[in-house]
Amino acid sequence: MINLLATTLAAEEDSNPLLPDNAELVVGSIAFFIVLFLVGKLFVPKIKQTLEERSNEIEGGLERAAEAQKEAKATLEQYQAKLAEARHEASRMREEAREQGSQIIAEMKEQAQAEARRIIDAAHAQIEADRQQAVSSLRGEIGALSVDLASRVVGESLDDSARQSRVVDRFLEELEGRARSQEQITS
Amino acid sequence: MSAPHLLASGGGEEFEAPGLHIFDWGPLFPDGPSWLDWLTKPVLIVALSALVTVLFAWRAFRSPKLVPKGIQNIGEVGYLFVRDQIARPMIGKDGDKWMGFLFATFFFVLFMNLSGVIPVLQLPAPSHIAFAIVLAITVYVIMLFLSVKHQGLVGYFKNMMFPPGLPKPLYLILAPIELLSNIILRPFTHAVRLFANMFAGHLLLAFFSTVAWWFLVEKLTVLGAGVGVVGFLMTIVMTAFEIFVQSLQAFIFTLLAASYIGGALHPDH
Repeated sequence: MINLLATTLAAEEDSNPLLPDNAELVVGSIAFFIVLFLVGKLFVPKIKQTLEERSNEIEGGLERAAEAQKEAKATLEQYQAKLAEARHEASRMREEAREQGSQIIAEMKEQAQAEARRIIDAAHAQIEADRQQAVSSLRGEIGALSVDLASRVVGESLDDSARQSRVVDRFLEELEGRARSQEQITS
Repeated sequence: MSAPHLLASGGGEEFEAPGLHIFDWGPLFPDGPSWLDWLTKPVLIVALSALVTVLFAWRAFRSPKLVPKGIQNIGEVGYLFVRDQIARPMIGKDGDKWMGFLFATFFFVLFMNLSGVIPVLQLPAPSHIAFAIVLAITVYVIMLFLSVKHQGLVGYFKNMMFPPGLPKPLYLILAPIELLSNIILRPFTHAVRLFANMFAGHLLLAFFSTVAWWFLVEKLTVLGAGVGVVGFLMTIVMTAFEIFVQSLQAFIFTLLAASYIGGALHPDH
């Protein structure tokens, strides 16, 4: 018992907890430096690099996404502008076509009218010419007939051509005047 | 030595609280060759902690993936914790350069501390002051080296003892205090803070578990049973508390190391 107590006391005196043990100092240093070298120099730089890469990757990804979005927006705007332009163009063309159409119609109408007028005029002229022809041929025939008739009636030949033609002309003028007055009445 | 054995060494009929002898660990192989005498339990725990730290970092970071998986996630959480809570606030922008040192130190200390509550090991290695000293001196040497490198020998002492912007008579008091606290006390407090916390924590745990063992197993009496139950419950509570303290001390030790390094790099802050 006394022996045990003595050894305990001796042990307590020997081991002041504030005094470092030499073997422990040596082993502690070696262990710490091994840890510092392997963990601090070998492994931690790896994760450091990976973390940097990751943040770069994420930042790059975000940037790329933003860029893509911007591009998409720009494209959309472009398309919308194009669409608006196309719509505008279409309406403009419709308007133009309508205008052109009405113009064409008007032109055609005018043309047709002109053509009609021309045809009518031509017809009038033709009729007038025919009439003139008829009149002159009639005049000749009627003159001859009248002279023939008159000579038969009068029984005398009108040799004097000058007189003859004067008589005929007078007769014809009378005839014409009668016909004109008749025409005036009918019209 | 197990708890019953320790109690038996008290030897009497009276309850004897565990004392300093619970920190005495002889050679692991007392009958082995004398050149193995250095291999004690705390030495083994330190070696194991170093091994666990290296294994953890190796498993987590040996081939890190951009998309993390499994243990890399845990390693990254640890890395980000040390970086955002210790390196960057204490050192600043160039704190990332010191991540290797700080990460290794933090997890080495953490695993050494946590061995205090891991069954069978049940001894926080820094409760032997030698290990705390090794760590603190390493930090101290780094701090001195960086200070002289970045501020020059004269500049270092000038920045330390004569910070600008104070009334002149004050320097009479300030200069010796600063010199004392920075050069002499700093490594001492750095080491002792870690050591004392682990030491006291281990003693507390040993005390409550001894109480529980003595009153519930060795000398079970009606009156004593109550004390034993309290001791048992307190052991559980204190174990949880110790886990907290051990983690906190690992954090504080690394935080101080980073603060010393930061002060050496940027004396004006």
